[in-house]
Amino acid sequence: MSSSKTDVRRYPGFLSVTLLCLLVLYAPLVIVGIYSFNASNSITSWDGFSLRWYAEVFTGSESEKFKIAAWNSLFIAIIAASCATILAVLAAMAIIRGGQFRTRQISQGLVSLPLMVPEIVTAVATLIFFNAIGFSRGHMTIIIAHIAFCVPFAYMPIAARMQGVEDSYEMAAMDLYASRFQAFCRILLPLMIPGIISGFLLAFIISMDDFLITNFVKGAGVETLPTAIFGAVKQGIKPNIMAISTMLLGLSIIIVSLSYIVSKFDNTK
Amino acid sequence: MAGGSTSGGSVKADTYAGVRHWLLAPSWLVLLTVVVGPLCIMLIYSFLTKEFRGGVVWEFNLAAYDKFFFDRGLFGDEAPRIEWTYISIYWRSILQAAIATLVSLLIGFPTAYFIATRPTTSRALWVFLITIPYWVNLLIRTVSMKFLLRDQGPLNAFLLSTGIIDQPLTIVNTDVAVQLGLFYSYLPFMVLPIYAAVEQYDHRLSEAAADLYASRWIALRRVILPAVKPGVIAGCILVFVPSLGSFLAPDLLGGARNFMIGSLIEDQFKGQAGDWPFGAAASMILLSMVLIVLIVAARRQARAKAAGGEV
Repeated sequence: MSSSKTDVRRYPGFLSVTLLCLLVLYAPLVIVGIYSFNASNSITSWDGFSLRWYAEVFTGSESEKFKIAAWNSLFIAIIAASCATILAVLAAMAIIRGGQFRTRQISQGLVSLPLMVPEIVTAVATLIFFNAIGFSRGHMTIIIAHIAFCVPFAYMPIAARMQGVEDSYEMAAMDLYASRFQAFCRILLPLMIPGIISGFLLAFIISMDDFLITNFVKGAGVETLPTAIFGAVKQGIKPNIMAISTMLLGLSIIIVSLSYIVSKFDNTK
Repeated sequence: MAGGSTSGGSVKADTYAGVRHWLLAPSWLVLLTVVVGPLCIMLIYSFLTKEFRGGVVWEFNLAAYDKFFFDRGLFGDEAPRIEWTYISIYWRSILQAAIATLVSLLIGFPTAYFIATRPTTSRALWVFLITIPYWVNLLIRTVSMKFLLRDQGPLNAFLLSTGIIDQPLTIVNTDVAVQLGLFYSYLPFMVLPIYAAVEQYDHRLSEAAADLYASRWIALRRVILPAVKPGVIAGCILVFVPSLGSFLAPDLLGGARNFMIGSLIEDQFKGQAGDWPFGAAASMILLSMVLIVLIVAARRQARAKAAGGEV
């Protein structure tokens, strides 16, 4: 065993940079989290611990606006993530379990296209598209746009999972005269559940998270949480915004942790 | 994170080969109508004439591109001069994105290397710690950054109380704030591909270098960096491309004086400017720049692969 001094893998200072990196990533979030419990009216001075801004979020003068925005966000994210997950499962079956075919590469490129086009360009293109076909902007336009750009995020964990599941199980089932549909429903789908859940959750977060595209394609008066928060922040950062942010932050962390745990769960053994 | 991990798999499995076109049809339909189609329509719109309250008139011309590159005076009858306003916004955006990419690389590389050389059991946890902030709402992260960096914010309060500075630093509404915001938004994109590359790296090469009397830092520069270069390039692209067209960081942290491409385009559709063909043209120019970066990177990678380099 080589001592730490002579281990060629070690670089002095890399640990400090890593810790600095984590500090930079977490410091703003932690500080906003702390200040959301501030009793003071101003965001500058600290007046002791209080839950008043959380109460303000649910009962205050702006609570109605944020409540509607939160329901919109949730409703849109659930529909968009569900549709994106279904599309991603079907596409993954063709791309990963469909043998070699001419449009395979193109299909794969198409599925990941929304990741390559800058978000602002997608936003402009989608707005122009809805305008050109005379589709009036509202909830529906947001949902359609979200489905499209959530597909790659749902696809990644689902495809990775499908690659991890050997096809010998399905082959065995089909040798025993299961139809393709039965092989899918009884063998592949149950084995895919962890991948599907984490794909759905990632798509859900991406949809909840989106500001730019939503801001372009939403109709007048339709707000999601990010657009409502953005509108409020333009007037200045207020303590109730920090309380909302902290709650959303907690939600994101819970969902990502869930997705992480589910994806580690191995039911193929 | 760009799905590269799924491209190298074998394609022996063909359970659903018979119905693959039906399986692909829904994704093709959605992505062609909602992504590819709109991009084509956007290209057409960039050649149309603007209508004053937003929207377009169906008359084809090059006015939008002309406005981008040339200044023909207030009434459009003077000899064309180069219009620097928009070119300089694009140039500044490239610069800002490049600086953010460089900072991400300087912080991200040691982090990725450090994580990849941890014992296998703790690696996943480190990666998880790095990725969590990415999944937190970008708007909230940017607002948090602004809150932290404010003139009367916690960072200045901390620095003042420790006596490092005696005047609050003005960071918000400067270029530095935008660079910090971009760096903060996309750092995980730098760490993950480099981490993946270092994980594949054979550390016996470093040992060989050490045996031949190379110092650690020479080994890093001459052995490790060339071997993990594809990961570094992927990381740089994944930070640079979204930074270039980002909207939230420049808008919230940069203020009105630090206009970037994203704000320029947004202004054409949601703001005061209301010039749709010009916004479409500006988007096309941004998209072309991004495509050039991606194509150059893909060709270099293909060439490296053909030359037998480790990819």
